[in-house]
Amino acid sequence: MKSRQIIRFQDVCKTYVTLNGETEALRNINFAVSEGEFVAILGPSGCGKSTILSLLAGLFPPTSGTILIRDKKVHSPSRQIGYMLQQDYLLGWRTIKQNIMLGLEISRQKTRANEQYALELLEEMELLSFQNHYPHQLSGGMRQRVALVRTLATRPDILLLDEPFSALDYTTRLRLEDLVIETLRRRKKTALLVTHDIAEAIAMADRIIVMNTKPGRIKKIIPLPASLTSKPPFASRKAPDFQKYFQLIWKEMNENG
Amino acid sequence: MANLLEAILTRGAKSPAHAQFLRKQRIQDILVRLAQIALLIVLLAFWELGARYNLIDPLLFSQPSKICDTFTKMLLAGELHQHIMVTVVETIVGFLLGTVFGTVIAIIIWWSPFLSRVLDPYLVVLNGMPKVALGPTFIVAFGGGYGGIIAMAIAISIIITTIVVYTSFREVDKNLIKLARTFGANKRQIFGKIVLPASFPTIVTTLKVNVGLAWVGVIVGEFLVSKSGLGYLIIYGFQVFNLTLVFVSLFIIAICATVMYQAVAALESRILKKRE
Repeated sequence: MKSRQIIRFQDVCKTYVTLNGETEALRNINFAVSEGEFVAILGPSGCGKSTILSLLAGLFPPTSGTILIRDKKVHSPSRQIGYMLQQDYLLGWRTIKQNIMLGLEISRQKTRANEQYALELLEEMELLSFQNHYPHQLSGGMRQRVALVRTLATRPDILLLDEPFSALDYTTRLRLEDLVIETLRRRKKTALLVTHDIAEAIAMADRIIVMNTKPGRIKKIIPLPASLTSKPPFASRKAPDFQKYFQLIWKEMNENG
Repeated sequence: MANLLEAILTRGAKSPAHAQFLRKQRIQDILVRLAQIALLIVLLAFWELGARYNLIDPLLFSQPSKICDTFTKMLLAGELHQHIMVTVVETIVGFLLGTVFGTVIAIIIWWSPFLSRVLDPYLVVLNGMPKVALGPTFIVAFGGGYGGIIAMAIAISIIITTIVVYTSFREVDKNLIKLARTFGANKRQIFGKIVLPASFPTIVTTLKVNVGLAWVGVIVGEFLVSKSGLGYLIIYGFQVFNLTLVFVSLFIIAICATVMYQAVAALESRILKKRE
């Protein structure tokens, strides 16, 4: 039984143009993501992996090729997509409650029901008692949880995670991986994670896209076995297959060409 | 008595070590305050005695007792409040309008990068220009009354406000703008929800700077034309060679400017308290 493909990249190329010339960021990117799937894009810095997310979010158009979400071409930012950035980027002048309503305000969906939903999400993250605090009063892990609530509050189908744990300490990071995966699985969200951390990719993803740099190309797409995808990330890290895949991907990333 | 003093000095202490720390800090605070008052008394005493024994010319430099006398007499006769009112109102209107107009121009050029590039050399030239040199032009253009004086106060603060506020608009973290864009924000929403609130502390700080600038503009404006106000009193006192009157106005200006500055500073810290 093959589930429906929700995201498709067809021959996507992106070249950035500046006064000094041009930089080829992505060349011939082809892949698809099924509904409910968690895909990790793994590669060294400068391989254009964040560009893939920005293109998918409709922040700017590709130089050539087509990007489809549910068979519709991406033109501009859409409500189906929620984007989590490398840091929480909570607005310092807003309370936590006001911060999680930002997406709803911008997309003009700030109804009582949606506000209630956002507060329920906050409660799920065990942060409801902090709703009238300001971001600087919270720890890094708490802030990133608030950012997750802000992203989920607009009820997107697809989540784009751009190294969302990179600014956190290791323990917080492991805890958040589990929390994010559990939250996304329960809501059957599709997710695309960008990371340069092999372990994080294996622990969280169903499938890993390994990228090459200069220009960014897909080197290999590696599906992970059920022994790794069915467990929460922390448990996956202890599974016997984890080391095997770590070695496999490590070799893949360190091979030239 | 000694116990009472000790209790006051260590009030709110959480431990003996904390009490010792608090006492040291508080004694230091008291000493600073005493030194400040002593310095003032010494300066005034030198001035007073120097004038009395002709070490300095009392006709040119007046003396504290005469200044105090004149001030009290004029205050009781009701000759001062009108001058104070005029100048204070001109200053407040000037610095508020200077800040508002400067911010509005900053918003316009933020909105249009093309316009911002076009206007850039003009802003540079205007910023370098000593605005008080435009005084006579303003008086011809806006009249010799409040109009010209307030225009002067606005002119002196508007360009620097524009430059500072525009710079702070541009320095807003690009990732915050990206965040808003991922939610589909248009330019107006990016401005209203991200750029403006992020720059708000800068705008409030500009307000503080502009209080000082507006005083310069208003006093210069009053030098040039007015028939009332503290600047006028200075010029009048100078013309009739009543230097005591000049010092009375200087004294009032110092008080008013300090009060106004402190009020804006208090407003600033109140507004910014909640933030990081």
